[in-house]
Amino acid sequence: MQILKYILKRILQSIPLLIIVSLISFFIIRLSPVDPLAELRLNPSVSQETLQKETERLGLDKPIIVQYGKWAKSFIKGDLGITSNGEKVSTKLKERIPNTLLLTSIVILLTWLTGVPLGIAAALNWKMPFDRILTVLTSIGMAIPSFFFAVLLLIFAVKTGWFPIGGLTSSDFLEKSLFGQVLDITHHLVLPVTVLYTLSLAGLQRQMRANMLDVLDSDYVKFARAKGLSEFEIIYKHALRNAVNPMITLLGFEFAGLLSGAALTEYVFQYPGLGRLILEAVMRSDINLVMASLMMGAIMLILGNLIADILLIITDPRIRRSNV
Amino acid sequence: MFREVMRKLWQDKFARISLIVLGVIYFALFFADFLAPYTKDFSDRTMAYVPPSKIFIIDENYHLSRPYTYNYVRDFDSENLKIIYNLDRSQKHYIKLFGKGLPYKFLGIIPMKRHLITTDEDGRLFLLGADINGRDVFSRILFGGRISMTIGFLALFVLFPIGLLYGGISGYFGGVVDVVMMRFAEAVMSIPSFYLLIILASILPSGMTSAQRFMLIVIILALIGWAGFARVVRGMVLSVKNQEFVQAARSIGASRLRIIVKHILPQTTSFVIVAMTLSVPSYILSESGLSFLGLGIQQPDASWGNMLKEAQEYTNIIYRPWLLTPGFLIFIAVLAFNVIGDTIRDVLDPKSRGV
Repeated sequence: MQILKYILKRILQSIPLLIIVSLISFFIIRLSPVDPLAELRLNPSVSQETLQKETERLGLDKPIIVQYGKWAKSFIKGDLGITSNGEKVSTKLKERIPNTLLLTSIVILLTWLTGVPLGIAAALNWKMPFDRILTVLTSIGMAIPSFFFAVLLLIFAVKTGWFPIGGLTSSDFLEKSLFGQVLDITHHLVLPVTVLYTLSLAGLQRQMRANMLDVLDSDYVKFARAKGLSEFEIIYKHALRNAVNPMITLLGFEFAGLLSGAALTEYVFQYPGLGRLILEAVMRSDINLVMASLMMGAIMLILGNLIADILLIITDPRIRRSNV
Repeated sequence: MFREVMRKLWQDKFARISLIVLGVIYFALFFADFLAPYTKDFSDRTMAYVPPSKIFIIDENYHLSRPYTYNYVRDFDSENLKIIYNLDRSQKHYIKLFGKGLPYKFLGIIPMKRHLITTDEDGRLFLLGADINGRDVFSRILFGGRISMTIGFLALFVLFPIGLLYGGISGYFGGVVDVVMMRFAEAVMSIPSFYLLIILASILPSGMTSAQRFMLIVIILALIGWAGFARVVRGMVLSVKNQEFVQAARSIGASRLRIIVKHILPQTTSFVIVAMTLSVPSYILSESGLSFLGLGIQQPDASWGNMLKEAQEYTNIIYRPWLLTPGFLIFIAVLAFNVIGDTIRDVLDPKSRGV
């Protein structure tokens, strides 16, 4: 019950945050010297009527504060306007957001499944060859520019023909069986996941290593040793639980970093995600689409942090007592 | 403190190698005009996409010779339907040290014509091949590096004062000021940074001079990172603001701004140094990403990121792998900065344990 109350409080706290985010984004975009309807005007398939409706919806003839008010009102109603191709922004987003979430959640899952054990292993072998080799490898992983790595992998894909070049599905996707479809998507995901995984593994592994080293140095671990507990019990029962907790806070940050990293990776791999959508929108100065995807990015980020906080409460009883 | 840091850097094997690598890179960039065989904008359209020049030291009679090179001629292979480059073996072009080449201003002041290595006027010495416009990739890497390797530092020098002051004021004043300022910073942090970066870059008006564009990119890069930094500074300010030396300053009537700038912020020095060295690489990466997308530094100016723009077409790059060189340089520079940053952090903040 108390946990629910805390969650509710956190959700309410993120509302003013979202309002400020929308204000910032709105003013940045409107301050640009671009005519928001320029593309629509040039598009012959968009009727005069639609144009009129958009002008009115955006309140372009009114001062900027009124424009913001109008935008906010229709945003809450779920009306995000139309893209410069005349499609609905909301349909476009519904198409792209799941793809980005799929990509990032696979990456987060993989980094956690490998990064945490590798961090523990490095801490237990502190300053030994295993630890040193891992440090060198993670340094290399952190230094490769994501887009450059993506290009190298694409070249690899072209040369070997082992992986499809870009996209998320093959052209005959709809004719495949369900199993074949899953296999097809997995096949397409391998390269982008590799890029983002390399990008985020290093940070996670290093953080876990540091936490574990801190915890292994603490008094209660020394006490457990003195008590004569087995090394296995000390590490997996006492040390690990405390070392993992700070990592959960990192989950939110990791998600933020991934959203940003994913933009370039999606672009190189022609992956139909939110990052590439916003890039395309920016290049065409498609204002409605840019604004909506910025907001979606921010909402996803805030939700990611929220989930991390909730997880932390569940795993760490100390915070439960002090915060709720 | 500075000497201690330098000593530790020199003792660590990896850090020493990194220092030397960065030293060589910055030295080469500083003397780029002299070291590069061509100027930044020199282009020979007949030489589009030629491979790196082959340098021979043994001539056709198997005698040792002064180093020379042949020009490439473009040919069309009608059987395989592709363009091939053959060596034009009729004319040898000897390689000259300190020979006369295109005029430039050494260090921007002294007019000079001598380059470290050149060949004769009709010869083309493209050590790393040429790009689509027949420009020398090697020379452009040197000139582009000047932008790529300084932009991160400049952004930091804009960002850190802002972040320090913002965090300092927010933490010291507390109350409503603190709440409002921190909510704003959190909101900026809630926008995925790369999204914000491309949007800010895309609203830059076209038709700016390259110097203006460079400055604006620096400012945009700075606008991305200040919020997270300010938050950490605020936390540190909160922890020292009630200590005795602050109370002492307050009791002798120092102004609030003076207390923040002169007494509280100096407490954060080692954190600032560590944070700065660790964030240089991320700004180098941001700039290159932005330029890679065509939103950063624009042609005809070179930066390592925009030189990689051609790599977007992977069918193109497979036959012309030398166009990828700037990517490896970014990697090496970032790696070196990371190693140095890690070492400095270990010295100044021994409790951090490598994060």
